[in-house]
Amino acid sequence: MLTVDQVEKSYGGAGRLSRRGKKVLQNISFVVEEDEVLGIIGESGSGKSTLGRLLLGIEKPDKGTLHFDDRDIAARAGRRRISAVFQDYTSSIHPYYTVEKALAEPLKLYGWKDGDIGLRIDFLLRQVGLDSSYRSKYPHELSGGEAQRVCIARAISTEPKCIVLDEAVSSLDASVQFQVLELLKELKASYGISYIFITHDIQAAVYLCDRLMFIRSGQIEEIVSARQLTEVRSEYAAAMLDMALRLAGQGEASSAGGEQRKERIW
Amino acid sequence: MTIHRKMWSDKLTAISLTVIAMVAFLGICAPWFAPHSPEQVHMELRYASPSWQYLLGNDHLGRCVLSRLIYGIRPSVLWVLAALLVSLSFGGILGILAGYFRGKTDQMIMRVCDIMLSFPGYVMSLAVVGILGPGIQNILIAFVIMKWAWFARVIRTSVMQFAEADYVRFAKAIGVGNAVIIWKHILPVALPDIAVISSSAFGTMILQISGLSFLGLGIQAPHAEWGMMLNEARGVMFSRPELMLAPGLAIVIVVSAVNFCSDALQAALDPKLQKNTRKPLRGQGLFPAKPKGEEVA
Repeated sequence: MLTVDQVEKSYGGAGRLSRRGKKVLQNISFVVEEDEVLGIIGESGSGKSTLGRLLLGIEKPDKGTLHFDDRDIAARAGRRRISAVFQDYTSSIHPYYTVEKALAEPLKLYGWKDGDIGLRIDFLLRQVGLDSSYRSKYPHELSGGEAQRVCIARAISTEPKCIVLDEAVSSLDASVQFQVLELLKELKASYGISYIFITHDIQAAVYLCDRLMFIRSGQIEEIVSARQLTEVRSEYAAAMLDMALRLAGQGEASSAGGEQRKERIW
Repeated sequence: MTIHRKMWSDKLTAISLTVIAMVAFLGICAPWFAPHSPEQVHMELRYASPSWQYLLGNDHLGRCVLSRLIYGIRPSVLWVLAALLVSLSFGGILGILAGYFRGKTDQMIMRVCDIMLSFPGYVMSLAVVGILGPGIQNILIAFVIMKWAWFARVIRTSVMQFAEADYVRFAKAIGVGNAVIIWKHILPVALPDIAVISSSAFGTMILQISGLSFLGLGIQAPHAEWGMMLNEARGVMFSRPELMLAPGLAIVIVVSAVNFCSDALQAALDPKLQKNTRKPLRGQGLFPAKPKGEEVA
């Protein structure tokens, strides 16, 4: 279980002489249960990617705590059960590494034996719908969808309990996006992994997530179940859902609600 | 294929590496290869044409041009290379730290670099030589002091773009240490940029040494140095062009070889630039470029 409690984060002041930083996250508290998918939705600059970096332990919060199964995420041991898939598939894999080397890196770090690593890589590639011929390919030889599948294979390689998907499907075209979302659903069903799905794409979030957390200017606006979108109270969350509806081109947003709203967004 | 093998498989690179190795070997073993003493004056042989005894002829003091060319490798190539490595190592380490860690580390290092770079290069060299006195050692110290800030700034910019890449973020997320990330994830991809700036700095430093030697601040007569040989031959540039040709060609050949090697290093490191592995990017989505069954999403 992931517990985020009263987290705050600021970045440097406006000027070099200024001591006051800009608050990017304020008073962030939430819990992600085992086998749950939480969508973190917000506009660009809302602080969702900063929250992602904190969840991965890449940065430390100024205040508050982040724990996974009662272990502090800031400590290396706390991060072992969390993995990540990022947005930019062109830079998600070391440009000089083959797929095999990229997949072997976390396994070696986590103490897998050389003999087992080869078998594990074949298994992981099969899990994400790729065959062994991909082992020798470099990132520039992969399409966007293939690269993102390799990133997903790398993310699940160490058997994490939770994966942070930071805009993981945003840069893919619609058809590939759907295939990757399907793959994520399958893997969740197989391994019982929980996901934290950071995105600005409400359609994708509604499709994958159990709950949606709307974040605005570094603060949580609302956390709502993806099955009960009628119960959205925040104007901001309602406006974002309505915009998604309009983009989906399915008529006036105001008439939508609940399961109907979810269905109409997708 | 290892980087070493990839580099040797290219003919031009193999030739360049051989040239550099031969020049370095000749310079180190100059007393055994030079046919005459480089400083021995023969006034009766002033401006003598090439002969079997003096293969490249004699200069304005009748000294053997070939011997001076061979002895000139030491200050012109070997010592410059040593100064380059020292300033590159120092500037490189600081640039990597600044670009990777950012924040206060970056600000502190870059402010010192700003101060260093605010002095014009030649003025700084003259100031250092003025304080320490003329001579090759002091010129090389001036080079190290002058160049490290420039290396630090350029390498920091290169490192910054890779430090923010998602594969580095992933490595951080799974708990790979900073030293390993810098060594395995950042340095190899930043190396081509470092090689390119180093090779261009190498050429500039050879020419700067010659300029300072011309001003009487670098190599002191009668010692041989390529830039100095060029300057000595300037007076007879039109009547005896071959006296300028020998050191001029030597500089061009060595600098070109270093440049070719830096390009080859870039090609050897970057899989995208390797001919044998290069394949066109395939389509993605519903209509893949390859037949069904051979590719997924």
